[in-house]
Amino acid sequence: MMNIPCPFCGSRNEAEFAFGGPVKPDRSDPNTVSEEEWVAYLTQVPNPLGPVQERWWHVKGCGMWLTIWRDTRTHDIVEGPADAE
Amino acid sequence: MPSNRMDTGGRIDRDRPLSFTFNGRRLQGFAGDTLASALLANGVRLTARSFKYHRPRGIVGAGVEEPSTLVELLGDDASGNRPATTVPLRDGLIAKSVNCWPSPGFDMGAINQLIGRFIPAGFYYKTFKWPGWHLYEPTIRKAAGLAAAPAAPPEQGHFESRFAHCDLLIAGAGPAGLMAALTAGRAGLRVMIADEATEAGGSLLNRRLTIGGTPALGWVKAVVDELATLPNVTHLQNTTVWAYREHNYLMVNERAPDNPGLLERNWRVRAGQVICATGAIERMLVFGNNDRPGVMLASAAQTYVNRYGVRPGQRAVVFTNNNSAYAVAADLAAAGITVAAIIDNRTDVPEEARTLVEDVDVLAGHVVTGARGARQVRGVTIAPVDGGASRQISCDLLAHSGGWNPAVHLWSQSRGNLRYDDTLTSFLPDQAAQDATSVGAANGQMILADALGSGARAGADAAGITMPDIPTSADLTYAITPLWRVEQGRGKAFLDIQNDVTVDDVHLALREGYDNVEHVKRYTTGGMGIDQGKTGNINIIGTVAMQQGAPLEELGTTTFRSPYTPVSFGAIGGLREDSVVLPYRHTPLTAWNIKNEAFMYESGARWRRPGYFPQPGESFQETVNRECRIVRNGVGVYDGSPLGTFEFKGRDVGRFLDHIYTNIMSTLKPGHGRYGLMLSDDGLIIDDGVALRLSEHRWIVSTSTGHADAMNSHFEELLQTQFPDWNVFVTTVTSQWNNATICGPLARNVMQALGTDIDISPAALPFMGFADGHVAGIPARLVRVSFTGELSFEVNVAPRHLPALWDKIMTAGAPFNIAPIGSEANHVLRVEKGFLSLGHEVDGTVDPYDLGLGWVMSKKKTDYLGKHAVAIRRSGTTNRRELVGILPQPDQMIPEGAPLTPGGERRPTEGLVTACVYSTVHDRWVGLALLENGHSRHGETVHARLKDKVIAARVTPPIHYDAVGERLRS
Repeated sequence: MMNIPCPFCGSRNEAEFAFGGPVKPDRSDPNTVSEEEWVAYLTQVPNPLGPVQERWWHVKGCGMWLTIWRDTRTHDIVEGPADAE
Repeated sequence: MPSNRMDTGGRIDRDRPLSFTFNGRRLQGFAGDTLASALLANGVRLTARSFKYHRPRGIVGAGVEEPSTLVELLGDDASGNRPATTVPLRDGLIAKSVNCWPSPGFDMGAINQLIGRFIPAGFYYKTFKWPGWHLYEPTIRKAAGLAAAPAAPPEQGHFESRFAHCDLLIAGAGPAGLMAALTAGRAGLRVMIADEATEAGGSLLNRRLTIGGTPALGWVKAVVDELATLPNVTHLQNTTVWAYREHNYLMVNERAPDNPGLLERNWRVRAGQVICATGAIERMLVFGNNDRPGVMLASAAQTYVNRYGVRPGQRAVVFTNNNSAYAVAADLAAAGITVAAIIDNRTDVPEEARTLVEDVDVLAGHVVTGARGARQVRGVTIAPVDGGASRQISCDLLAHSGGWNPAVHLWSQSRGNLRYDDTLTSFLPDQAAQDATSVGAANGQMILADALGSGARAGADAAGITMPDIPTSADLTYAITPLWRVEQGRGKAFLDIQNDVTVDDVHLALREGYDNVEHVKRYTTGGMGIDQGKTGNINIIGTVAMQQGAPLEELGTTTFRSPYTPVSFGAIGGLREDSVVLPYRHTPLTAWNIKNEAFMYESGARWRRPGYFPQPGESFQETVNRECRIVRNGVGVYDGSPLGTFEFKGRDVGRFLDHIYTNIMSTLKPGHGRYGLMLSDDGLIIDDGVALRLSEHRWIVSTSTGHADAMNSHFEELLQTQFPDWNVFVTTVTSQWNNATICGPLARNVMQALGTDIDISPAALPFMGFADGHVAGIPARLVRVSFTGELSFEVNVAPRHLPALWDKIMTAGAPFNIAPIGSEANHVLRVEKGFLSLGHEVDGTVDPYDLGLGWVMSKKKTDYLGKHAVAIRRSGTTNRRELVGILPQPDQMIPEGAPLTPGGERRPTEGLVTACVYSTVHDRWVGLALLENGHSRHGETVHARLKDKVIAARVTPPIHYDAVGERLRS
């Protein structure tokens, strides 16, 4: 059971959150990309061994969606890479 | 008094005798005993049969390491597979051995010993694989089975779970753990210290040591007393830290909480720092027949004489490869046991050890090659370690010590590294993966002074203070020469007593190519089960190392899994049974429904709803038919409150709704509503419902009952992660607006009888219109939507007004024979109308075109969720399953979900029946189905293929009633 830092509530038990999945690239206008690119956007989800950016919904807390970097090998919540937003 | 009980000594209360029953025999022990010590006191030596070979077994250990005597407790304590050494004795305890029938003394399964050489490791995998394991499994399980699970939960008391936070969690209250707790507790840290034994002290309870010049247990008592005075320290005994999870989250099971109503309490602890003071577990020596009753770990024999005042034998041989067993020999001798000899594989025995037992024959450079005796040990065969003539010594107790393994289980669960230490010949904690340290014997500090010092150091570091003074103590140094197994001799030599794994099994696994320790574990089952490698694991790794000529550090260990010791399911679950985890949702009408004898059930999202309102003498079908006729011919009313309801506010709501609905919502005029579909971006229908525009920037959006929570998540995720700068606020108002829906051709008459200041004429309030005002004097929003296909008025009011409104509807509707309608009739009515239901007609493969709802897919909008995915999917496929109506031929019910196959033959399906109901309008069964190319197959006959028959059905348009919709618009 992880301890997830909510920027609004502080560190809270994972049980208060719902998993929102890895962060995908921004949704582009589907009219400007190829069919293959659109299918790739819909179906491919980042799944790295190591830090992954992902969303959690503090559904049993403040109700806010938040973004963290989690190391999939250790569950450690880590700093994102320097070039991440 | 039984002959094996000493007259004095031990931490038992001889003034409090307790009666208990073991395998049907009534026996006596004392308060402070465990079941194991009481059995030994009564001279019961044959206590178990082994897992696979059904060999006779006795008591091997004295604590959680016990691999041999597992018992099933009956009566009030009903539970299975409890090591007898961890069961505190109480008056009236009833226990029986597992793994034998009818008794350990006469066990039918013992026949397996005769065929033992034919059932080596992997025997079951190799033999029972054709035609399938499942054919053999029930019989084998019965033969191999451990204890039976209790038939019912305990009747007295309950389990609870509890969250806790602390600065420092200390696992283990031995010398190191107590020292750490005292140091950190005095410094003001919030400390939690938990220990699995019934009292604090750890190994000090079992040995005769001094601290500060006085008996060590005096020091223990002083520390425990001081901890009790510190309000920042929580000290729990009889409590096991059984799992170490990520982010310093630990599971702590308290087995005898100080509350008569509680059986067990499971703490879920989030700790700032963790100190593993879990001690060390003695390992066995491996020689022929090392599992005979009377062959016991040296530390266990020491524990029985010192802590329980029980002599586990009269004439002992001690077999060791390290110094610790010399103190054991001295304690046995002091207890009046004759120590016939100490067999030591080391050629040089340190003087400090030898002087402890000056009167005892020490045979250095010797090993025990085998234990003699069948149902209990009667002697040992010994030989020089480098070969030479063997000879025999008679004894009834063989106390052996193969050295000590730090209990690194918790440490490993925290993902901390281990390293092999050549001096200690064992694996020690190395790099921490979380904020944790190991101290004392768990960290390889085998001498008391080092254990106290490491505990104080860790406590001081945790608190950020300087190292305190350590009380003086004396202890033997720990000198060991590894002996992974005795190569001479005969008879099965067990590495893992609990799982019946022998040296030969490990050799077989290696010969067959399972050369990784994890593979050896799985092939032989060594270290599995509740043992989790406590006594045998390192010997297995040592045996593999010997055979492969590889150093142990290269082989590593197998994974130590939680739980460290068995935990009851009740403790894990706590009070969180069904209704607590997911409580039911109720509308304000539950009491009325129950009073009016509704059949209540859950219908999605935990809402309790009335299924139907049976009248005396009515069958289920008669009730549903009556309720349907009432709606079609007169007027009915149902409670529509559970429907998901959301209020949207903000300048960008129209834009947002255009993105999530397939049709255009932003053009809707205030005062009007519109039906719409929502897709996920990959083109699946996720919900349908009606949006009402209250004013320019204020909307009400309804969703299906079962999907309301998911839709809330969907809205919030989009708004917060994709459109954070859009001005849209979503509020769940499902339980702020309740409604009674009056439906049927006479609905308007009932509305007039109720009295309303809203103009309810068709022109003023048309279908999909709504208006605010009063109904029967109650503030209300009146909405013209219809889920039944009939004229409907959805009267939305505040929840506190719903019961009053409901009563007024019943009164005003009485002249029109109004009646309450349940979910079952609602289902029939919507199927007659071909209205879709998520989970029935919508299953994740269909798109709006398949449902005949192509009109709802906006052509004008260039983009909305799912638009492109639907287009891409439709461009690639031709055989779509499309929604049709079906009329079973001859007239009969077809079960929901029945597959449709061409001609009803055994061929790939071409669709399925999604619903089938008895229509009172047509006086026959009607249904809906998803059928390949169904839109162009109206009039054809299709076939539902059931297990025992085939039912034909005629394909029709999916709307069985009022296809043009004039009734709902009336």
